[in-house]
Amino acid sequence: MNEKKCLAILDSYREHGGNIISLLQEIQESFGYIPEDVVFWFSKRLNIPASNFFGVATFYAQFYLKPRGKNIITACCGTACHVKGSAPIINKIREELKLPQGETTTKDGKYTVESVACVGACSIAPVFIGNKKVFGKMSMEKAAEMLKEIDKGKGK
Amino acid sequence: MPAKKPTKTSGIKDLVIRVCVGTGGLAAGSQEVIDEFGRQLKSYGIKADILKKCVNKTGCRGFCAKDVLVDVILNGKSETYQLITPENVARIVEEHILKGEPVKEWLVGPEYHAFHDKQTKILLKECGHIDPEDINAYINIGGYEAVRKIFPLETFEVIEEVRASGLRGRGGAGFLTGLKWDLCSKAEGKPKYIICNADEGDPGAFMDRSVIEGNPHSVIEGMIIGGYAIGANYGYVYIRAEYPLAIHRLKIAIADARKKGFIGKNILKSGFDFDIKIKEGAGAFICGEETALIASIEGKRGMPKAKPPFPAYKGLWGKPTVINNVETLANLPSIITKGAKWFASIGTEKSKGTKVFALTGKIKNTGLIEVPMGISLKEIIYDIGGGCERNRKFKAVQTGGPSGGCIPASHIDMPVDYESLMGAGSMMGSGGMVVMDDTTCMVDMAKFFLTFTQNESCGKCTPCRIGTKRMLEILTRITEGKGKEGDIELLLELGNDIKLSSLCGLGMSAPNPVLSTIKFFRDEYEAHIKEGVCPATVCKALRRYTVSAELCKMCGKCFKACPSAAVTWEKKQPAVIDKTKCIKCGACYEACPFSAIL
Ligand SMILES: Cc1cc2nc3c(=O)[nH]c(=O)nc-3n(C[C@H](O)[C@H](O)[C@H](O)COP(=O)(O)O)c2cc1C
Ligand code: FES
Repeated sequence: MNEKKCLAILDSYREHGGNIISLLQEIQESFGYIPEDVVFWFSKRLNIPASNFFGVATFYAQFYLKPRGKNIITACCGTACHVKGSAPIINKIREELKLPQGETTTKDGKYTVESVACVGACSIAPVFIGNKKVFGKMSMEKAAEMLKEIDKGKGK
Repeated sequence: MPAKKPTKTSGIKDLVIRVCVGTGGLAAGSQEVIDEFGRQLKSYGIKADILKKCVNKTGCRGFCAKDVLVDVILNGKSETYQLITPENVARIVEEHILKGEPVKEWLVGPEYHAFHDKQTKILLKECGHIDPEDINAYINIGGYEAVRKIFPLETFEVIEEVRASGLRGRGGAGFLTGLKWDLCSKAEGKPKYIICNADEGDPGAFMDRSVIEGNPHSVIEGMIIGGYAIGANYGYVYIRAEYPLAIHRLKIAIADARKKGFIGKNILKSGFDFDIKIKEGAGAFICGEETALIASIEGKRGMPKAKPPFPAYKGLWGKPTVINNVETLANLPSIITKGAKWFASIGTEKSKGTKVFALTGKIKNTGLIEVPMGISLKEIIYDIGGGCERNRKFKAVQTGGPSGGCIPASHIDMPVDYESLMGAGSMMGSGGMVVMDDTTCMVDMAKFFLTFTQNESCGKCTPCRIGTKRMLEILTRITEGKGKEGDIELLLELGNDIKLSSLCGLGMSAPNPVLSTIKFFRDEYEAHIKEGVCPATVCKALRRYTVSAELCKMCGKCFKACPSAAVTWEKKQPAVIDKTKCIKCGACYEACPFSAIL
C-alpha cells in the first residue's frame, strides 16, 4: 500500500469536504481500483466503518474492487446495440481473449472486457469502446480489427 | 507556409465549414475530416484567419446514420455532404470551394430532407448549427434573453407562465412542470435546490446527451429560470460519467456563463444569486429516480425512498428540491422568450410542445429527431425513419426503455403523446425509440429488459428484488426451450403483483416490457413453449441447425468448428448435422461464411 498517495487523498478530502463517493472516486483515480487495505486505512483515519465504504463501492458500477487490465474494452449492452446483435460479438471477443466465464480481466492482466448499458451512440449500434476510442457499426470483422489495433498500441 | 498549389482563391469571400463533433460524429471519424480540411485549405494558401473561423465544430444534428455530415457554406450558399471520410475532402476543396462546383454524388439525398421535413425543432434547432463551446454563439441567437426577461417579474409570474405553457416533465412520468415548481416555491425550508437530471439511464437513448453536447447553455439557462422561480440559489447537474464529452462541454459552458455574469452573485444586478455544480454519477440506473439521485448526491448508496414526502418538500439534505430532466429545462428559455401561448399551440390538448426521440434499432434513418406531440407512429417510422433496414417487415417499436413496452405494427396509426402511449401499456419515458423487425424475438427482448432491471434493482424492496428474479428465471427457461404450460399466466400474475407492491418507479414499471409483449405477441411466447420454436430464430437453444445443401460450398469450416462431432463432412460433399449429437452451441452457424446453416 502506498501511504503517501493515501495521505494526499486524505488532505484533499479534508480540504474540500466530500463524501464517501467522492473519496472512493479519488482512491480509484489514484490506484486504478479500490484496494481493500486502502479502504481499511481510511476507515480507521476517518472513523467511518469500512462496511460503509464497501456498501457504496459495490452499489455503483463505476467502482472496481479488483485491478483492471491494461487495455479496456467496453461493450455496449444497451437496447439498440442488443437489437443490432452485440451479444455474439461480445462472445467472440471474450473467446478471442480466452476469458473464462464470469471473469472480466485476462489472467495476464492485459485486457479487461466489461459491459455498460448504452454509451449514448445508439445510432451507430452496435458500439464498442477500445481504450477510449469509440468503434461504431461493429461487426465480427471490425471486432478483429479493433483487437489488432489495441494489441499494436499496447506498448504505449 | 507557402502555398504549394497556387490557385485563385479570390472567389472565396465567405466560407464556413460545419462538421458534427457529437459522440456519433466523432466515432464516425469527424475529427479526422476536420483535420484534413485544415490541411487541404492551408495547402491552397487560404488565409489562416478564415481557416480558424471557418471550420466549425457543432453538436449533433440528428441524422447520425449518414455521419460524417459536412456543411460547406460558400459565399452564403449552403450545401450538405453525407458519409464523408478524410479521403473525400481533397475533391470537395478542389471542385466545390475553389471552382464553385459542388460534388453532386456526395450531397445528401432526398432521405435527408424527408428526415427533417416532418420534424418541428425547438430544442434541436440550434444543435448542429452553433458551436457549443462558444457562449457568444448562443448569445447571438438570442441566448440568455429569457434570463433578462424574468428578473423584472415576480417569481409567481414566471411559474404561472410555465404552467400556462402546459409543459410536462420529459424525464418519464410527465408531471406538470409549473405545478411542481409551485409546490416547491411554497414549501417551507431554506436553502432550496434545483437539480438537473442528466442521468439518462434508459439504455438505448441519447437525447439528453445530445442536447447537452449540442447546446449546453440552453440547459443552464433553464436551470437559472427554474432556480429563480422556486427561490433556489444552488443547482446541481447530475450527469452520467459515461458521457465524457457532455461533461466537458457543460464545464466549459458553466465557466463561460460565470464569466459573463449569468451565474454567480447578483446576476445582471437583479440581486439574485445562483450557482451550478456538476455531480458525476457513479453508474447505477436507479439513480435516475429522484429520491435515489438525491441519496447519491449526498454520497450514499442510491436507494430510493418512499414518497411522500416528495422532494419538492423534503429533497436534497432534507430541503425543498425540484428535479427536472434535461429536456424539460432546455424548453424553458423559448417558453419564456416566445411565450406560453406559442408553446401551447404545438402538440395535443394534454401533451404540449415537442418531444425529442432517439430513433434507433433496425430502421434506415437512425438518429435524433424532434417531433410535435401527437404525431403518429407511422409518420415517425416511415416518413422520418424511412422504414426498416433492408426493407424488412416492421414488427414493433419499443418506447420508454426498461419501464416501457413494445407497441406492435397494428398500432401504427397511434398518436405519440403521454396518454396514448400509457394506454398501449408503454410510456413516453425519456424518449428512446428502438425499432424492431421480424428478426427480433419478443421473448428475447422481454428477457433483455428484465435482465437489465433485475441487475439494477437496488434490492431495498422484496417484490422488485425477488419478483423480477423469478420472472427472469421463467423467461430464461422459455428462451431455452424449457418453458412449461402455465408459464405465461405465472408471468402475468407475478408482473401485476410486482407493479402493485414495489417501492419505487423501477419496480412499478419493471414488468412492463414482459406484460406488453405478452399482450401483443402472446403467440411468440406460445411458439417457444408449446412448439419449441423461436419464430425469429434468435433463441439459440431453439434453433434447429441444419445445412442447406443448396447454399453449402463444402468448405468444411462448420466441421472444424463443431465441438461435439455432430457435423459430418468430406471434401466436395455438403456437410450434414446429426441432431442427436448437436448441443446447439451455434459454433457452426457462426463459422459458416455462406450463411448455409439455418
Ligand atoms: C427507475 C427510474 C429511472 C429514472 N431515470 C431517469 C433518467 O434517467 N432521467 C430523467 O430525467 N428522469 C428519470 N426518472 C424520472 C425521475 O425520477 C423524475 O421523475 C424526473 O427526473 C423529473 O423530471 P421531469 O419532471 O422534468 O420529467 C427515472 C425514474 C425512475 C423510477
Ligand atoms: S444502446 Fe449501445 S450506444 Fe445506446
